[in-house]
Amino acid sequence: MGALRIAQEEKGWLANETIEFVAKYLGMPAIAVYEVASFYNMYDLAPVGAKKIAVCTNLPCALSGGVHAAEYIKKKLGIDFNETTADGRFTLKEGECMGACGDAPVLLVNNHRMCSWMTEEKIDQLLADLTK
Amino acid sequence: MTVQGIILSDLDGDRTWRLADYVKRGGYEALRKIIAEQISADQIIGEVKKSALRGRGGAGFPTGLKWSFMPRAFPGAKYLACNSDEGEPGTFKDRDILRYNPHSVIEGMIIAGYAMGCERGYNYIHGEIFEVYERFEEALQEARNAGLLGQGILGSDFSFELYAHHGYGAYICGEETALLESIEGKKGQPRFKPPFPASFGLYGKPTTINNTETFASIPFIIREGGDAFLALGKPNNGGTKLFSVSGHVNKPGNYEIPLGTPFSTLLEMAGGMRGGRQLKAVIPGGSSAPVLPGSVMMDCTMDYDSISKAGSMLGSGAVIVMDETTCMVKALERLSYFYFEESCGQCTPCREGTGWLYRVVHRIESGLGRPDDLDLLNSVTANIMGRTICALGDAASMPVQSFVKHFGDEFAFHIEHKKCLVPKNVQHEGSKIYVA
Amino acid sequence: MLDIEIDGKQLQVPDGSTVMEAATQVGAYVPHFCYHKKLSIAANCRMCLVQVEKAPKPLPACATPVTNGMKVWTHSEQAVKAQKGVMEFLLINHPLDCPICDQGGECQLQDLSVGYGGAQSRYEEEKRVVSNKDLGPLVSTDMTRCINCTRCVRFTSEIAGLMELGQAFRGEHAEIMPFVEKTVDTELSGNIIDLCPVGALTSKPFRFAARAWEMSRRKSVSPHDSLGSNLVVQVKHDTVKRVLPLENEDINECWLSDKDRFSYEALNGPDRLTVPMVKQGGQWIETDWPTALEYVANGLKGIVADHGADSIGALVSPHSTAEELFLTQALVRGLGSGNVDFRLRQIDFALDGKMAGAPWLGMQVSDIRYLDRLLIVGSFFRKDHPLIAQRVRQAVKRGLKVNAVNSAFDDWQLPVANALCVSPAAMPAALAAILKAIAEEKNDQVAPEFVEATLSVVVDENARAIARSLVSGRRVAIWLGNFAVQHAQASQIHRIAHEISRVTGGGFGLIGEAANSVGGYLAGAVPFGEISGKNVREMTSSALRAYLLVNVEPEFDCAFGAVAADVIGKADMVAVFSAFKSAGAFDFADVLLPVSPFTETPGTFVNCEGKAQSFYPVVKSLGSSRPAWKVLKVLGEMLGLKGASADSIEDVRKQIFGDATVVDLNKLDNSVQSDVVVLGNIGGGIQRIADVPIYFADSVVRRAPSLQATRDSSEPSARMSRATLERLGLQAGLKVRVASANGEAIVLAEEDGGVAEGCVRLAGAHSLTSRLGALYGEVSVERL
Repeated sequence: MGALRIAQEEKGWLANETIEFVAKYLGMPAIAVYEVASFYNMYDLAPVGAKKIAVCTNLPCALSGGVHAAEYIKKKLGIDFNETTADGRFTLKEGECMGACGDAPVLLVNNHRMCSWMTEEKIDQLLADLTK
Repeated sequence: MTVQGIILSDLDGDRTWRLADYVKRGGYEALRKIIAEQISADQIIGEVKKSALRGRGGAGFPTGLKWSFMPRAFPGAKYLACNSDEGEPGTFKDRDILRYNPHSVIEGMIIAGYAMGCERGYNYIHGEIFEVYERFEEALQEARNAGLLGQGILGSDFSFELYAHHGYGAYICGEETALLESIEGKKGQPRFKPPFPASFGLYGKPTTINNTETFASIPFIIREGGDAFLALGKPNNGGTKLFSVSGHVNKPGNYEIPLGTPFSTLLEMAGGMRGGRQLKAVIPGGSSAPVLPGSVMMDCTMDYDSISKAGSMLGSGAVIVMDETTCMVKALERLSYFYFEESCGQCTPCREGTGWLYRVVHRIESGLGRPDDLDLLNSVTANIMGRTICALGDAASMPVQSFVKHFGDEFAFHIEHKKCLVPKNVQHEGSKIYVA
Repeated sequence: MLDIEIDGKQLQVPDGSTVMEAATQVGAYVPHFCYHKKLSIAANCRMCLVQVEKAPKPLPACATPVTNGMKVWTHSEQAVKAQKGVMEFLLINHPLDCPICDQGGECQLQDLSVGYGGAQSRYEEEKRVVSNKDLGPLVSTDMTRCINCTRCVRFTSEIAGLMELGQAFRGEHAEIMPFVEKTVDTELSGNIIDLCPVGALTSKPFRFAARAWEMSRRKSVSPHDSLGSNLVVQVKHDTVKRVLPLENEDINECWLSDKDRFSYEALNGPDRLTVPMVKQGGQWIETDWPTALEYVANGLKGIVADHGADSIGALVSPHSTAEELFLTQALVRGLGSGNVDFRLRQIDFALDGKMAGAPWLGMQVSDIRYLDRLLIVGSFFRKDHPLIAQRVRQAVKRGLKVNAVNSAFDDWQLPVANALCVSPAAMPAALAAILKAIAEEKNDQVAPEFVEATLSVVVDENARAIARSLVSGRRVAIWLGNFAVQHAQASQIHRIAHEISRVTGGGFGLIGEAANSVGGYLAGAVPFGEISGKNVREMTSSALRAYLLVNVEPEFDCAFGAVAADVIGKADMVAVFSAFKSAGAFDFADVLLPVSPFTETPGTFVNCEGKAQSFYPVVKSLGSSRPAWKVLKVLGEMLGLKGASADSIEDVRKQIFGDATVVDLNKLDNSVQSDVVVLGNIGGGIQRIADVPIYFADSVVRRAPSLQATRDSSEPSARMSRATLERLGLQAGLKVRVASANGEAIVLAEEDGGVAEGCVRLAGAHSLTSRLGALYGEVSVERL
């Protein structure tokens, strides 16, 4: 799993060739690696934008504006979930529970950076920073 | 977040997580005591039993008993695993423990390793809190450098290695055997039990798995004694417990309180209801626990037995608070979607059933419900529950059953009138669920 | 032993048994999909939930261990309710396309839904659709029907040895697939069709050909490799429609190799020879049996009269029945000649007349599981013996250590503890080194007759590792593969390997190339014994006056390929007994006699462990073709030969096997007369190593279109190690000319790390390489 994570960090997403490379490196059947890559949803099996934003819309977050935050980003970027902006800069994903419900609304940037209490102002700020 | 407790007390957020800070708080004293006084494994397990510590992950299994299952004399490798794969909606306590007090978990695991004769441990951390994983790696390095981990700990002949392992987006890995599969680098599909991990666990070796908070409670128990821990809570419900309060409260967050504290007190600590609105419903133990009407909750104390008597579970201690602006159908729809998305796909009832449940709830929510849909939901959940390899099938079913049971009239209204009982503008006021 | 009560019946089961095993024992059927006795337990379908006393919820019978005093109800209200609940879930996303599904009538889901399914679905949402996967020419997919039982996934990783299928994605999106754009290439792939409990994986060649209930099921035996897999041949309108395994735990278990399963396509193919033909004035004309047989009889009589009996000879395929093998040699011997042979790809016959009995595996196939050390010498093991390799694979899981001495390794999909890769020329010396190392390990002397052979050999680390492995075993076996038997110094290899088995206290055997590699000896189809004569090598290096070829296509079946066919073509008369037309026979033969393939004749195959398995015809002979044993018998009668006559097929069998119903094991013996062993020399230069690819091996599989479309049937290429390629200034992917003293082949060069240095691996039994002549020996390889 670590190998796939590192490969994804380097390549941006996991192409079949990348998966095959990892399989060869680890001495595993390619399909066994593909099973793993397709099972965990933080692995991307298709190209994503330079910044992948995943917003949690699960119930505890939704009760505190999670859905609203997602809708706001959609409107701002002009894309829906699982879409990438035309300039290839942003991809938006619907996230599942990130274990930070107390910080709702919560979003993840490129899987690893968690942003908490994302009000409209903070979203504006974040998007501006990420665009730089 | 300076509540009186044993895990999250005397902390100052991001500034006091390092080894030196932990030692100042009395950290690693328990471990030093064990090494210095050569306390036996049986004594440690006895102390844990005395404390009435129950697993903090959700099932509430007595920790001391679990530890005693481990075949200590078994020759060859034995493993220890910490379940920090916190992905149950509403739960966010382990994140705070790991980022603010990681060494409490490390010390707890070392002691557990000592008590059960494990040579190696893994902490499996939810992939979404990657920054916490990175911090934990740093804390591990601190401990290794200080001779607290590795070969010959504190000059004794006891050795214990501890590694961090991250998930990458799969709720099911919080199930203990799925977690083991995932540590082995496979997809996280739960194993059929028996055999149980205590005999056939990680890489086929005896393995004990505990929750982050459980391990974090251990140093106190050893330092102050099992009785002291028990005294903090109530009989059979030893110690303090972290409660993650989310939803319609003014101050969502983690609150460490003695078990047995009234729910009303906890609600007050969390700043009371947002906007002063009426409490409607509470899910007291994470999204898989049955929902309870607000009035029932106000009579409960926060411990395993009281919540269980009221018809739900204390679970992981995740308290999801919903006020009068909440549409219960919509709330259930989101939870059902979650279980549908997170089913591992291995066994039939869950793979096929969670999608069915979601679709039926979804059609009710979208005004396409049918008169016999509630019976259908009850029947499908009955066919899932108890028929699956792991508890995800039950977890997906319990919310459906309890929402329908306690808020049946709202569902009926939806089916009959093809709209919410709670007007949309009211919903928006409460949760901003709809964008104006 | 544990006591258990199932549905009120008491029984005792061994410790570690599951409820499912116990239920099977009392004949209580527990419905199931994912459970399979030969695969690991998945417990994922949940269909086998049963009620267990004191258990709060129903438990899966397949995965629940029996505890002492357990009480189980398989059909109680609680159990049936659970089973019905699961069935409903299985059906909600399963398409209702049974009328167009090939599995219809033999579908576990269909069958069980009759008992456990509802009449109408309560699920009215859109059903799941899953895209189909291209698994290659043998297995067809309809993945929407898949119920994710993962039997196929477990089969590829556990039985076939390589995980070619997996379950990707999760939840409702989970689907079974190979890695993107890969096919399932294992030689055992057809078994996943049998394993699939629904119509997700079905037979591609059989697609839409017949309904299960329209066909009759008839028993037969595979004519291909030396295992003798038991078959169920399914027949409709007197045509073979499909072949399935007939379960025989001692032989093929419940499996079949793809070769056994799909070769039947050739039987219905356009190449079938159905009318006797004679060549007149260079033209082939169809004729009737009396005319054709008279032609042959007169021809033989005339040649014997003019040139002596020694001028006629017969070659008979090791894939022929024992009866055919016997009657062929009886006919030749009846005419006074000893020129008969069935060991077509063998070239070293130094042991002829010195063997104590017919060479065989030296053990029972079902005992492979008990071995703890094995040495395989000279074998393309996995492709030559797919199901024996499977048995070894399972034995490895129980602790068997496999050692191998070879000139070219493939991936056997099983762990090889110690591998020694040497050129064919160095193979006897490599074995001698192992023998020497064993003596050193045991502080012993080598036997006097091996002193000279071991004197100058150097024991390297690999040889020592193999020696240590063998010495440390308690149940050891040494096997010679086809390559070792076809080797230019097969007799030396045999002698030394046999000695290794003697000093290690192990068994010794030949795995055997074909269905009757043992039966041919028992039937006397060899040029020694009562009347001795020329062996196949002699018969194909200088021409006789007349040849009888029984199921033989010399250009592919003989060691010298097209060169042998050229020699045969010089004879005055060549009579070919064959089920098929072929360009070769049209060229060199004078008479074509259409004889029946294995499905149209009675016969007997003696497998590598010495088990004689007789079978009946499953369909009528096609056209005017006739069973070869009858043709040979009539010909013998026409020639007035008593020995070549018989009243019935049983009578022929009696002449081969005596009155016993089983083969007399005393007739099987791998030991040879003792004399001093001196290592011979094969010249230097580049050595050819020729495998016989799995689907080129006999006249039937060569004509099975689906097998010919698999990756295993790719055109031969010249495979060399990187060092050899570089030394010869060659590049992988470019065409090269491989030339021998006899002829040449133009093929692609390919890099193959498994081939010994200084060697080129180039498959035989193929038209591209047939002109090279010898399968082994010196060749040149140069850039084109």
